[in-house]
Amino acid sequence: MQTAERQAAGAQADATKSTALSHVRICDLTGLLAGAGATRFLAAFGAQIIRVEQPAHEKHRWDFLRGGILPDGRSGIEFGSSFSNHNVEKLSVTLDLKSPEGKALLTKLIAASDVVTENFSAHVMERLGFGYEQLKAIKEDIIYVSNGGFGKTGPYSDFKSVGQVVQPVTGLSFMSGLPDKPPAGWGFAYMDHLGAYLMATAVLGGLVARKRTGKGQWIDFSCTEAGIGLTGPYLLDATVNGRPNRRPGMPNSNSENFPAMAPHGIYPAAGDDSWVAIACRGDEDWKLLAKAIGEPWAQDARFAAFDARMANRDELDRLLAAWTRKFERKQVEDLLVAAGVPASQVSMPEDRIENDPRTSRWGLWPTVQHDVLGGVRVEGIPIHMSETDWSLRKGAPCLGADNDFVYGSLLGLPQAEIEDLKARRVI
Amino acid sequence: MHALLQGLKVVELASDRAAYAGKLMGDLGAQVIVIEPPGGHVSRTYGPFVDDKPDPDRCLWWWHYNTSKRGVVLDLKSREGREDFKRLVKDADIVLEGEDPGVLDALGIDHTQIRAENPGLIWVSVTPYGRMVADLHGPATDLTLLAGGGVAWSCGYDDHSLPPIRPSGGHAHHTASAFAILGALTAVVHRDFTGVGQHVDVSMLAATNVTTEISSIDWLWKRSTVQRRTGRHASEQLTMDIQIRTADGGYCTNPMGLTAAAHYQAALDWLRELGLEEEMPEAFMLQLGVERGGVPMKVLNTDDIEGIEIYRAGREALYLIASKLTMQEFFVGAQTRGIACGPVYSPDEALNDEHYKFRDYPTQVEHPELGRSYTYPGLPFTGEMIPGAIQRAPLLGEHTAEVLAALKEDA
Repeated sequence: MQTAERQAAGAQADATKSTALSHVRICDLTGLLAGAGATRFLAAFGAQIIRVEQPAHEKHRWDFLRGGILPDGRSGIEFGSSFSNHNVEKLSVTLDLKSPEGKALLTKLIAASDVVTENFSAHVMERLGFGYEQLKAIKEDIIYVSNGGFGKTGPYSDFKSVGQVVQPVTGLSFMSGLPDKPPAGWGFAYMDHLGAYLMATAVLGGLVARKRTGKGQWIDFSCTEAGIGLTGPYLLDATVNGRPNRRPGMPNSNSENFPAMAPHGIYPAAGDDSWVAIACRGDEDWKLLAKAIGEPWAQDARFAAFDARMANRDELDRLLAAWTRKFERKQVEDLLVAAGVPASQVSMPEDRIENDPRTSRWGLWPTVQHDVLGGVRVEGIPIHMSETDWSLRKGAPCLGADNDFVYGSLLGLPQAEIEDLKARRVI
Repeated sequence: MHALLQGLKVVELASDRAAYAGKLMGDLGAQVIVIEPPGGHVSRTYGPFVDDKPDPDRCLWWWHYNTSKRGVVLDLKSREGREDFKRLVKDADIVLEGEDPGVLDALGIDHTQIRAENPGLIWVSVTPYGRMVADLHGPATDLTLLAGGGVAWSCGYDDHSLPPIRPSGGHAHHTASAFAILGALTAVVHRDFTGVGQHVDVSMLAATNVTTEISSIDWLWKRSTVQRRTGRHASEQLTMDIQIRTADGGYCTNPMGLTAAAHYQAALDWLRELGLEEEMPEAFMLQLGVERGGVPMKVLNTDDIEGIEIYRAGREALYLIASKLTMQEFFVGAQTRGIACGPVYSPDEALNDEHYKFRDYPTQVEHPELGRSYTYPGLPFTGEMIPGAIQRAPLLGEHTAEVLAALKEDA
């Protein structure tokens, strides 16, 4: 179908679906969060994402998040919790990439796609016979976006990368923690998320450029390089001022900030493992905070001006912690926000998912329909667009759920041939 | 060469929140004009400063987040400034701003009116909780957003008498900026097709909420709450430490342990190469690991005592090896043996690593005003349309005259 027809058909099929990207088809070989997270965003805005997966009989899956265990104890290939979140609104086809017939099917799918995405290890696509030169031969203006930990060139290009490799290598883990303690690092794969966002940026950039030049291209994204870039001001302090980042007192990541603030930190609240963050942007915030505290120490001249507060920061933190400890975390937040001071409880998952009108009114936790599981709550999208907003209704696809549609309706294979491919486990 | 975003004109109101979005679009070839108030945007005072001399043109925060932009000073509080602004956005593709809800309305800058005159315009607003819930807004900073959005809860130490940790600053801005670009470019792709622009409303709090990996998913899926762990994933169940001390006082991570038979063989060979087998009485366990065909991580949640002990011995072997090597040696040694590992580099150590030099990732940026160039982090993309050069951030008001003169010519 031509793009205009595709968009019209998409809009007709589901009037509630975003038409922002409904003229875009992606042959999606990604997996895990770093890759699947990228095409997830595009799917929410109506792009047709065709996930290519190994046939059911394959034990070793490149997206090991696909399988999982349900809270009721059932386990299986459709039950991965993260997979169910990361692959909403996508289609799934299976094919055996090692067989010539599987490769032929992939070739047809690529020929009908605008974009190919993948986050395999560095040289897998070439080994499979689908490096950029081959992709281009299949479709001249294809947009190919690859996402790897270390990029496709260089001494580490074959190194293994997962979140807890990427964040350490980039400096991001080093920057997280308290002085004289081991690195606190990141309690999740932050760079899988940011990597996914920037990978999707590359896809969109490729579409923008194709419109203006008529040309496709290959964009290779390196997740560790993205991570290094996020430490920017500290990095420039080293490269410009020659001040090494590894030095006594570093890191102190709850206190340190650009711009410097005091108080600025995470303080204990009443109860077990309950915390609240407070930041005073300047003397005006401090005056409001001191008034809200209402205790004599808060009026102390040692804390009146910014420089003095910075010089007496340890004492200030100690006194403030003794005050916050008297209240529940949400009480401190409510009291200080009402006073005009930036403050927030350190939200536990339940706080922010079940009890925060700022996320519930946004529609941030929609329920999608999964073919086997029924209603599944997933993450929404943190932007709203006035004309072509996102929608998430369809759950992650069951393995090969769209074989008939994609191979039949889209690529034009007769049903008998599809059945034969199934019987011979090519798909 | 056509640069990836060449031909897009972006008008950005200087802000902490959206600066990274403007930088990335500029570095990728868009024409970005950043507008500051008279005297400069407050972020020029954040530091650190070149040679520690505070000066709006020597602020490294500003330098980093405003590369590849042109800089114009406009007083939006004056009628003349607002008129210039409106003329500036008349032929823009994207407006990018990070003002609190209501601030621009109070100045008489209403995106719905401006978009009525330029129907293809895409207007991106980055606010703490999103304009959709403008009535819920309160004072917020990067720290409070990372606390309220769930990032801090997942980061810190096994010792819960220590506070949760904000894992360094600026990430509420980075995360929101990433979604600002995604929204902007999604809208451009749509507009290329239909001619219709739109408003993109970015919630920083929502962005951080969906950037917490399993913390949200475990809750949504089974109402379980992850707990923070030193240097590794927050999790409901206690997990083994993954940070390994090296001889030079640094740390490396080994997130997976030894799982495959080949890992156990590699660790055994590595011990032998370093003459360390004698120092480790339980080295024979590694051989058992080989013979068992490896130890999958899921064994740790079973009562397979032998499997768990073998896995533990694998860890011990790595601890011993690391105690004799530098961070860099252990990292490369482990990875070349097929064992996942990351050195806990400081940012400058990362930038100086041979791998990134080989890839030309560190980028020289010319600063003619100081008569020299400095090393910046480059773009994380490579490709035919990815620019190799980055332009330094604008000096205060550097392009005001030139940009306004061009406006007058057009008028």
